[in-house]
Amino acid sequence: MNPPKTCSPRPAPTVAAVHGAALVLAVLGLGWTLWHGVTEPRTALAFGVLVTVGELVRRSATLPVEREPAPLGAAGALAYALLGQSAGRPAEHGVLQTVAVVVAAVLVGAVPQLARGRGPARDHLARRVLTVGFAAVCFQPFVAPGAWGTWVGEGPWYALLLLLLLMLTALCDAVLAALLLRARTRHPYGPLLRDELRALMGIGSAVCATGAVMALGVAVAGLWALPVFCVPLLLTQLSFRRYAAVRTTYGQTIASLARATEIAGYTRHGHAHRVAELSRAVGRELGLSGAELTVLEHAALMHDIGQLSLVDPVPDGATALLPVAEQRRIALLGGAVVRQTGVPPAVAVVVERQADPYREQPLPARIVRTVNAYDDLTGARTSGPSGASGPLSALERLRLGTGHDYQPEVVESLARVLLRGGLTPGRAG
Amino acid sequence: MNAIPGAARAYICCAVLGALACVLPVSALPGPLDPDGPWPAVLLLGTLYALCEAPARCRFLGRSVRGSVPVTAGSFFPVLLAAAFLLPPAAAALVAVPGALCGRVAQRPAGVRRVWRAAQLAIATWAAARAHRLLDGPAALGGTAHPGHAAPGIPDFPYALLPAGAGALVFCLVLSALDGGVFVTAERQPVRTAWRGLLGRSLAPYGAHALAGLMMAVLWRSPYGPLSALFVLLPMYISCWVFAQYHRERAAHQATIRALVQAVDLKDRYTRGHSERVGRASAMIARELGMDGERLEVLRFAGILHDVGKLGVPTRVLRKDGPLTPQERRVIELHPEYGHEIVRGIGFLGEARLAILHHHERLDGSGYPYGLAGAEIPEFARVVAVADAFDAMTSTRSYRRARPVATAVAELRRCAGTQFDPRMVRALVRALDRYGWQTAVTSDETGSGPEPPPHPPLEATAAGALLGAPRKAPGAPAAPRRGAPRENVPPPLGPDTLRRTPPPGGRP
Repeated sequence: MNPPKTCSPRPAPTVAAVHGAALVLAVLGLGWTLWHGVTEPRTALAFGVLVTVGELVRRSATLPVEREPAPLGAAGALAYALLGQSAGRPAEHGVLQTVAVVVAAVLVGAVPQLARGRGPARDHLARRVLTVGFAAVCFQPFVAPGAWGTWVGEGPWYALLLLLLLMLTALCDAVLAALLLRARTRHPYGPLLRDELRALMGIGSAVCATGAVMALGVAVAGLWALPVFCVPLLLTQLSFRRYAAVRTTYGQTIASLARATEIAGYTRHGHAHRVAELSRAVGRELGLSGAELTVLEHAALMHDIGQLSLVDPVPDGATALLPVAEQRRIALLGGAVVRQTGVPPAVAVVVERQADPYREQPLPARIVRTVNAYDDLTGARTSGPSGASGPLSALERLRLGTGHDYQPEVVESLARVLLRGGLTPGRAG
Repeated sequence: MNAIPGAARAYICCAVLGALACVLPVSALPGPLDPDGPWPAVLLLGTLYALCEAPARCRFLGRSVRGSVPVTAGSFFPVLLAAAFLLPPAAAALVAVPGALCGRVAQRPAGVRRVWRAAQLAIATWAAARAHRLLDGPAALGGTAHPGHAAPGIPDFPYALLPAGAGALVFCLVLSALDGGVFVTAERQPVRTAWRGLLGRSLAPYGAHALAGLMMAVLWRSPYGPLSALFVLLPMYISCWVFAQYHRERAAHQATIRALVQAVDLKDRYTRGHSERVGRASAMIARELGMDGERLEVLRFAGILHDVGKLGVPTRVLRKDGPLTPQERRVIELHPEYGHEIVRGIGFLGEARLAILHHHERLDGSGYPYGLAGAEIPEFARVVAVADAFDAMTSTRSYRRARPVATAVAELRRCAGTQFDPRMVRALVRALDRYGWQTAVTSDETGSGPEPPPHPPLEATAAGALLGAPRKAPGAPAAPRRGAPRENVPPPLGPDTLRRTPPPGGRP
């Protein structure tokens, strides 16, 4: 579920700067390599093929749980950047050749995507080039003759050094990714970075470990190590894919459960979906991230499920316009249903408490309550003292309720989110 | 398996003796104080394996996701295989023991299972190490385990794959053979079927484990030392962790599907348990038709969710006692379309979505919603229609008693060709002959008693107690609802056959 995006025709200056830096580095690398020729072409070719294969097996659509779409490509590129030896002989490709090989391999790997009419994922390419450049630059002092290399030696310390460099590189990549996302979606930077760092714990650490293992393996056993050493990572990627697939299915099922109230005529068309989307945006605005956002989204999707046990539908499904006791009763009913669905209990708590005064609620419940009221108010067909029509008057009514029902901060960030995306009133009926 | 059969006891004892025989030669190896002996490596690898298996018990990494499923035991064979490649057979067998003894066991009795597992893994590791030695594997690993030796040798790479592969194959064969033996002795499976599928399923994962084990062994021997070998385990560990998350998420997903069904139960309390049973009957028919795997699961979901559209029918109409007006009947007949609308967005249901839309179509074209006939009706829908009708007839409703299975089958046979696809009916009959049929799956199915109580279990739940439903006084028998087209039950309810319908409960 995408938060409302503000797609400006011109890329933000941050994006332009990142892309520009990547482009300069790539052109520099390719030019230098073409001018001087490729040193150790067999090694370069082997790693290039590995990165290309990694890019080819990537998914076309990246899911939120999969931060790194091409783990094998990333691991191969990092391993090439950190390769100090090959089967006992020192490796002498420099930073620029590393960048050139990776750029060429990624471009070749992107050919099927281009053939399918989709543009290349520029952010992905830029991140890959910059992180590989970063890793190679950091690593250079340790392999350059007569430098720190003798100080580290070739024992276990060397392995630790590689791990440290990879961790630094992963951090750099997370910062870059969060920067790009921030520039594109204008969500607050902190939670985005936190999301990226949390993702590092998953596939990120597997990529780093495999990168280190490949670099060490090639140093010990030569190029034969590459095909052998990429199998565990492929296995990891496969597990992540299955996980992502089941998460998608799960999300679809929850959305269907949420839609059941609409089909039963209890709520207006698209109500649950609108509330979920707006809640997510408001949650991001308020600094929620990762799992908290998922809880919020699921709770928002299912907040009206309690109405299924009503014998007669509420007019327009607008619970925000009902007496408080009735609202609470429906909320409790909903919580009882949600508890059976296997979502985390936190979701059920949010659904149960959605009608309480805000001071007694957890934050997600405050958000759901406010957004639900907004959608009910903008969509209600009845005009007069109990109904409002436009988004502005709906916000006005929410502001009037901030003494008891709605948290002022939540209402204000809802107003900011709406202002950014343009005021979109809920379609009635 | 509470009481262990005698044969199984004897079998496990033999395995333990075998494992001891494998481990005992370890006393002939150089003593623990000799730095060139295998002991430091045994200690390290043994601890590593125990540490890897222990999280399965103490829920490491379970912090971030509440209720996360621990990594299953037996995911760390790369450690054992690396031991088999690095150490003499007896020492390698010893590595497996502590980890297996402290690993997680899902079922009781835990003690016996742990001992069995330790014995099994020790024997398998020993055999793998033997096979690896036989093909001269240790030399192919190159490098040197100890400082002070000459310059490190380079692993002999394409060749090193052969002994490693052979070792892993032997490991896998021994484990499968021992497992099959347990199935025969402890669970009394027939000898012929015990080994079926054991080997085929496990070959691919063991291949991956073998490569990871080989990597560990090569890096262990290299100048970078045991520490770098640990890096290999990280992707494996994460992959297992993700796999466990996958299972957790899948269970949650199934709970959500059940919640959809329970939401129907909230509204229509006459049909509790019906959905689950239709799912079961659909799966039985599917198996009989030769479907398997994915398609069978999808068909089961089609059966479970076939009535989900009743969520869209006003509760008042669904709960109405007494005959329905034509208009109410039309409203109820909309439920397949509502159902299709609800599940439209669930990608994995695939063909099941059409089954939900068309499960009230009849072969002669007189069904609803579209009046499709013959082969126009999707195959899954024809299956669900038969399963639905069968369960509706064999379960007790408040307005009539359950009919015996034989009567229901006779009815299905009679209507095969006009209402039902004869192929599906035959498949159901065959499946019933083979597996039988239990009606009582839910607590409120009271068999064929003359007066079913009006749904106490629902009212006992929180949701039920809060229901703002008008309800009958307890014990008051529900009025018979003749001719309500809520079910697929034959005989077909045309206007003229309506009068010939026998009175509810009047069947033998």
